[in-house]
Order: sequence, then C-alpha cells, then structure tokens
Amino acid sequence: MTAHTTHYLCIGCPLGCRLEVEEEEGGQAEVEVRGFSCRRGRDYALQEHRAPQRMVTTTVAIDHALWPRLPVRSQQPVPRQLVPEICRALRSVHVVAPVMLGDVLVENVLGCGVAIVAARDMAAC
Amino acid sequence: MITAQPRHLRRRYDVVVVGGGPAGLEAAVAAQNAGAAQVLVVDREPEAGGILQQCIHTGFGLHRFGAELTGPEYAQRLVAQALVQGVDIVADACVLDVDEQRRVKLMTTASGIATVDAGAVVLAMGARERTRAAARIPGTRPAGIFTAGLAQRLVNLYGLMPGRRAAILGSGDIGLIMARRLVLEGVEVAGVFELMPHANGLNRNIVQCLHDFAIPLYLSTTVVEIHGRERLEKVTVAPVDSTLQPQLAQAWEVPCDTLLLSIGLIPENELSEQLRLRIDPATRGPVVASTMECSRDGVFACGNVVHIHDLVDFVSAEAMLAGTCAGRFATAAPAPADNVRLLSGENVRYCVPHTISTEREHTVYLRTLRPLESCELRLVEAEGNVLYTKRLRYVFPAEMVTLKLRPAILQKFHGGTLRVDLVPRAFPEQGDAAEPSFPLSAPDKRPGGEP
Repeated sequence: MTAHTTHYLCIGCPLGCRLEVEEEEGGQAEVEVRGFSCRRGRDYALQEHRAPQRMVTTTVAIDHALWPRLPVRSQQPVPRQLVPEICRALRSVHVVAPVMLGDVLVENVLGCGVAIVAARDMAAC
Repeated sequence: MITAQPRHLRRRYDVVVVGGGPAGLEAAVAAQNAGAAQVLVVDREPEAGGILQQCIHTGFGLHRFGAELTGPEYAQRLVAQALVQGVDIVADACVLDVDEQRRVKLMTTASGIATVDAGAVVLAMGARERTRAAARIPGTRPAGIFTAGLAQRLVNLYGLMPGRRAAILGSGDIGLIMARRLVLEGVEVAGVFELMPHANGLNRNIVQCLHDFAIPLYLSTTVVEIHGRERLEKVTVAPVDSTLQPQLAQAWEVPCDTLLLSIGLIPENELSEQLRLRIDPATRGPVVASTMECSRDGVFACGNVVHIHDLVDFVSAEAMLAGTCAGRFATAAPAPADNVRLLSGENVRYCVPHTISTEREHTVYLRTLRPLESCELRLVEAEGNVLYTKRLRYVFPAEMVTLKLRPAILQKFHGGTLRVDLVPRAFPEQGDAAEPSFPLSAPDKRPGGEP
C-alpha cells in the first residue's frame, strides 16, 4: 500500500503552519497529520481533508431598491465544492424590495439542505 | 435599511461625527452614552455603513458581536444601534470645513450649505485606496485599470463586471477577496502578483480565495508595464530581486483586459490638514493622545483615518474610546492630560496612540516593519532601562500587534518618553529578517483537486 500526502495551509492564526495529512491508499480512517503546532491546527487539517466547508456570500438582483444588488449569504456553511454551482444558481434569483435581513430567499439551495438569506434590510424606493 | 434623515439640522450639536462608517457610527453611540444629548453623523453616501456595505463576505464581528457576520450585517447592527439611541444621521452630505472654533460647514443634498456648532468633533473619514499613480506603473493609459475596492463596489452594489480576464497587483485582503468574487461571477483571474516576498493578506484569504480556486500567487513579482490603447490588452510582469528591483530579462506577458490594484490604503485627511492637525508621517493620520484627541482641543479621530486597521472589530473598539472621550469633552470635564510619549523604536513602523498616561489603562496598537518569528516587545526608558517586556511568537506587517497596558506596568515610571522596540529573540544573527523561515503561500500545493 502506498501513502498519499496532501498539503494544507492552516488559517487558525498568522503563523500559517504547513499541515500535511498522510493517508494510506484505500485506507479508511487511518490518517496521520503533521506540521501543526496546536490542537486547532490538527482539527482544521482533518476537517479540510475530510469535508471542507465554506460559507457562500454573493448578491442577487433586486428591484425598486437603493442598489440594484442585494447581498445574500448561506445560513450555514456548505460543502466547498458546491460554492461555484450555488453562485451560478443564484444568478437567476430576482427579488423585489422591501427585503429584511434574514429573509429566506432560497429555502434549500441545490438540495444541500441550506437556506440562502438576505444579509441586510433593503427598503423599497 | 432605514436611515431616517433628520427633518432639519440643529444650530448646535454636542458632538458632530464626520463619516458614517463603522468608526463614525460607533463613536456617535459612545458619545451619546457618555452624556452627549445631541449627536450628528454626516455621511456622503446615500446611506450610512461605509465600506462595510460592499464587503459582502463573512469574517466581521467575531470580537465585537461574538458572531461571524458579513459586512452589511455588521453595518446594519451599527446603524440600528445609532438610530435607537437617537443619533441624527444625515446622508448624501459632505463636510467642507471644520474650523478652530469647531464650526462645521457642511453641504447636504436636501438643504444646501449649513453651518453647525459642535461641542466636540470626531473625524472618522476612513481611507482611500492607493492608485496606479501612487505605484508609478509605466505604460499606456487604457481603460480597465481599477482599484480593488472600486471593482468591489461595481460588482457588489451595482452588479457590473469590470472585465473578462483580470490580473491583480498586490496581495492585500481586498485583492484576494476580489479574486474569488470575480471567479464566482465568471471572470477569469490570471493571477495575483505581489512585490514583497510574503503575502500581505490573511492566510484565511490565501486559502479560501486563491487555493480554493486554483488562482496562482506570484511572490516577489510586480507589474512593470501596461499595454493597450483603448482597453487594457496585457501587462508585463517581472520578478524582483532582494532590493525590489525588477529583473526585466525574466519578464513575461499576461494577457488581460482588467487590472485590479490592491496596493494599500491611505488615511483620508484633507479635513485634518485644513484644520492643521499634526500628522504622523508613518501612519499618515493625525497624531492622537490616549483619548484619541488630536492636536487641537475637542477634535478627536478614530478608525482608518488614524491608521489602517486589519479588522473592523478593532475600529469599533478604538471608535468607542474616541466617542466616549468626545462626549465627555463636550458635556463635562475633559480627561487629564497624558504624561508619556511613545516613540517607535527598533522594527516598529508606528504605534497608536502617540501619548499615554501612567494613570490609566490603555490599548496600544503597533505595526512591525518586517516579519519576525520569535521576538520580544520592549518598553524602554530614555536612559535605556527596560520597563516592560512581552514575548511574542510571531509578528507580521499585515497583522497589527495589540498591547494592553495596565497602570501597574507603568507604576514606577514618572513620565517622559518611552521607546517601543520589537527585538528578535531566537535568531539574532540570521541574515535577512525580511524572509520568514516559513513561506506564507504556495499555490503549487493545493488541497484536494477541485473546487
């Protein structure tokens, strides 16, 4: 069996540790993490390795408001690989003012179980 | 957002705040809490909130609100707080002048030119981006060259795309954030080019904005020429040597129709200069006492107009102090004067505030000139006695160092001048301190495979 190493840059603090996760090919749970200097770094490496998550923030079109775009966010982080697809999907969303912060604009985006909500109030004008 | 405009301006306000960004809003509320009954915030945008309104990404508010917010969410909390407190916010308005008697002349869209008297003034004008002219990039003058913040405004507020294929000069956080933003909006990003041997932005942004999208980061590389007649066609980039001189023999061309500049911010101090406030050449902002008062009585300053902050949370903290002191100045006895002058010593680019008092607790913000991996922060008396030391695991130019000073630390000190030094500990003889032993970015080794 050959080992496969993946590299990560820790974002926990400005030290920016070089993290390495080594995994036996075909192996299930057996991974080895190197390069961290605190527990958070180790946890981060495992998280990034197994299921990296990201918050989605973008804008959608809005009518009758101060600006033509409304900032929106995902209510929770989503799997990282879904981010570009979610942003593409949100390009066809069009809302009309007024909108309140936290208003749900898309309930279950791409079926991933996460809602897209307005990130601010926007009054009608 | 509800930004109720006051029906008419009063003749006199206890405190007038210039600028309705996070610093101004936070200072206004603090002034009101400190006893100022009438507080006015003047902002030139159609709504308050400042640059936060276009910073749609998350990462704001962990210190201030204990939650990870987007910029607009942070702004909305501050605006709501100000309106609940009864602060007057006048938008679409511009302060033209503040004189020695603290008469504030402003121009409003609604009612023209007006003059109001202020018990105290808080300057919170923020900062501007450095432009192509500041960086002196040679070449033609085509369309397609934007500061990163302008591009951010066009994309996030107006939904306008700056171009189809972009190069980004400078690895400041705004540039990194915009790299991701452009890719998500379908714009190709050819790369981020950074003059220094280290990235200027947070690691978090290197990873989540560049690595996630396979955008290359070229360190020790800069744009040496701009090409194109009507529209930008390409830029020439070249590596630089250890003295930052471009090596033109190794230059290459990058086809692009858009160039974003993320090369630093400059405090916006036209009003400060009109008021003849003392300006610190290192911060390019006014010299401030521990109360955030400037070199004229009753004029206070906070936020990016004083020095460029990394986090809005620190702006909030500084603005609360400025607002509290301005409110007290306007309504009661001003705070006793400082008796200690802080000097920037070894490896220290600047410290803010410029003076402190041995009687009170202070937060001092400072910035290092170069990355140091293990060092000691020292407060040194004029005679060379070291009054206080603190070990730091690392310092970076991109990260402000925060020093909490309690009166106990300065107990034996009777005033005068204190020098602040950052002294390397572990590797005192190492050649080039500017080169961290752990490189800060490697686009070559990306996680995973996707985005």
